[in-house]
Amino acid sequence: MAKRIEASNVSSYYGNFKAIDSVSMVVEPKTITALIGPSGCGKSTFLRSINRMHEVLPNARIEGSLTIDEQNIYDPDVDVTAVRRLIGMVFQRPNPFPTMSIYENVVAGLKLNGVKKKSLLDDAAEQSLKSANLWNEVKDRLSRPGAGLSGGQQQRLCIARTIAVEPQVVLMDEPCSALDPISTLAIEDLMFKLKDRFTIIIVTHNMQQAARVSDKTGFFSIDKTGDPGRLIEYDDTQKIFSNPTEKKTEDYITGRFG
Amino acid sequence: MSLLERESADVVMTPDNIRSQKLHVGLNLGLAVGALVIGMALAYGFSIGNYVLGVVLGVVFYLVGLQVVAGRIEGRRAARDRMWKTLIYAACVLAILPLASVVWTLISKGAGRLDGDFFGSSMNNIGARDPEGGAYHAIIGTLEQVGIATLMAVPLGVLGAIYLVEYGRGKFATTVRFFVDVMTGIPSIVAGLFVLSFWVLIVSPWFNDGRPEFSGFAASLALTVLMLPTIVRSTEEMLRLVPGPLREGAYALGVPQWKTIVKVVVPTALPGIVTGIMLAVARAAGETAPVLLVAGGAAAINFDPFAGGQQSLSLFVYQQAGDASRYAPARAWTAALTLVAIVLVLTVAAKLLARRNSLSK
Repeated sequence: MAKRIEASNVSSYYGNFKAIDSVSMVVEPKTITALIGPSGCGKSTFLRSINRMHEVLPNARIEGSLTIDEQNIYDPDVDVTAVRRLIGMVFQRPNPFPTMSIYENVVAGLKLNGVKKKSLLDDAAEQSLKSANLWNEVKDRLSRPGAGLSGGQQQRLCIARTIAVEPQVVLMDEPCSALDPISTLAIEDLMFKLKDRFTIIIVTHNMQQAARVSDKTGFFSIDKTGDPGRLIEYDDTQKIFSNPTEKKTEDYITGRFG
Repeated sequence: MSLLERESADVVMTPDNIRSQKLHVGLNLGLAVGALVIGMALAYGFSIGNYVLGVVLGVVFYLVGLQVVAGRIEGRRAARDRMWKTLIYAACVLAILPLASVVWTLISKGAGRLDGDFFGSSMNNIGARDPEGGAYHAIIGTLEQVGIATLMAVPLGVLGAIYLVEYGRGKFATTVRFFVDVMTGIPSIVAGLFVLSFWVLIVSPWFNDGRPEFSGFAASLALTVLMLPTIVRSTEEMLRLVPGPLREGAYALGVPQWKTIVKVVVPTALPGIVTGIMLAVARAAGETAPVLLVAGGAAAINFDPFAGGQQSLSLFVYQQAGDASRYAPARAWTAALTLVAIVLVLTVAAKLLARRNSLSK
């Protein structure tokens, strides 16, 4: 099910401002890829380009091509919603739908895409919540508001919601930055579990996290404010953190790591 | 010694000022009574005013006295805090007073005619010497006119606001937003004149053998013109408050934009949207001028909003208040009370309904 992603010369713009400059990388199926780099270097922008969430903002556009199993998702005849169904996304801040219960939040993607049968929805909700390590905590209060959970639980609820529609790729934009260490650990465990089924790309500021969870790591950087972000180095995580090829990568990693 | 300690000694916590005496409640109360007595004595002693001036002077003396006395006991900062707090409470009471006064006047003067006759009969064949007569026809008129206007204005207004927030980009949206702003300022009499010249004089003759005709529907049209900008603006503000990440969360699940709006954005903003709509409904229910111009205001019961003149409660109040009959003012008060009650009931019902849909019960 998981898919191979190939970006070639992707450049993203906000109006006239170039946010990232010709990024090329290949992400293999069923791997975890971490994107690291200083703030404002374009890693989130690149992540949002992968499921065409970048273009939600006014005047945002993209150059280059992004293919998922040989299909260019930026072809003019591609249906954006279909792409997003294929490539799920977890955001930095947990964003459960405030008018929906925990149950409704989990099945929102299925229900709003036309699944009506109650028994199917019930099964999917249970499976997704179990996969997200949340089932035991919420099984007795599925009809309570999703926004009433703690931050870490909300984030796992959002992950459950994302995997309920069974995407093939899961993008995570700093999913643990608002969470405490225990919730972070829970989500990292979860990522290892999900790796068997999904391709995962995660943006993170936490380099220990990148080193812990990822198979491959991409380092983004900018020369100075106002310049577009570039992919400086992309390699096996082990190599990036032990013996990076680029001087910049080494500086960034050692500067915060030691 | 820090800069703060040197320059503003009383805001810094020191062993000396961390504990301070509190103004005793009894002293506070005594101060209030004393100030009131002095105020009254001044007002009546010099016969410069009645009890109103006495109370006003009393409040002023109380604030000054509080500052002085509390300053002695509690220190300057605490006294200033106490004075401002008292001032804010006083302002709050002052703001509520007119409202309470209106409600009290309405109830005390309007209760007299709260009888079956008032709610069961019209003003048909009621002369100046008849104590009977009621507002049945006016209640029917108000409910029909405001109801039809709401049915027209709410879908248009909410959809327009959704367009402006979710889809509107570029020149066209800016233009629409500008005209909505301009429309907000339209005086109701102008809306009435517009419907009079357009609907009553030009369109209605087509349906009525060439003769122009008043109708409740014409009043609904005028009220729609008045309600639309209010609904668009308030709905727009509420939709803008829905956080962007919520929309993106739905998009990321592969939910199409229209479904995201219907199932996520609008439900999130619903309580606020309903409040805005109810404000518009309340405003429309209270409008007199456009109804006078295009519905005429009949004395008899007319259930058909599309043919013939119709009464409305606000217009009924206006007519009865200016009527020469000595029974008319009582009818006007009761009609005003009825109007307020109807708007109140509608508002409460709408709020309850909006709340039941969300999970915040």
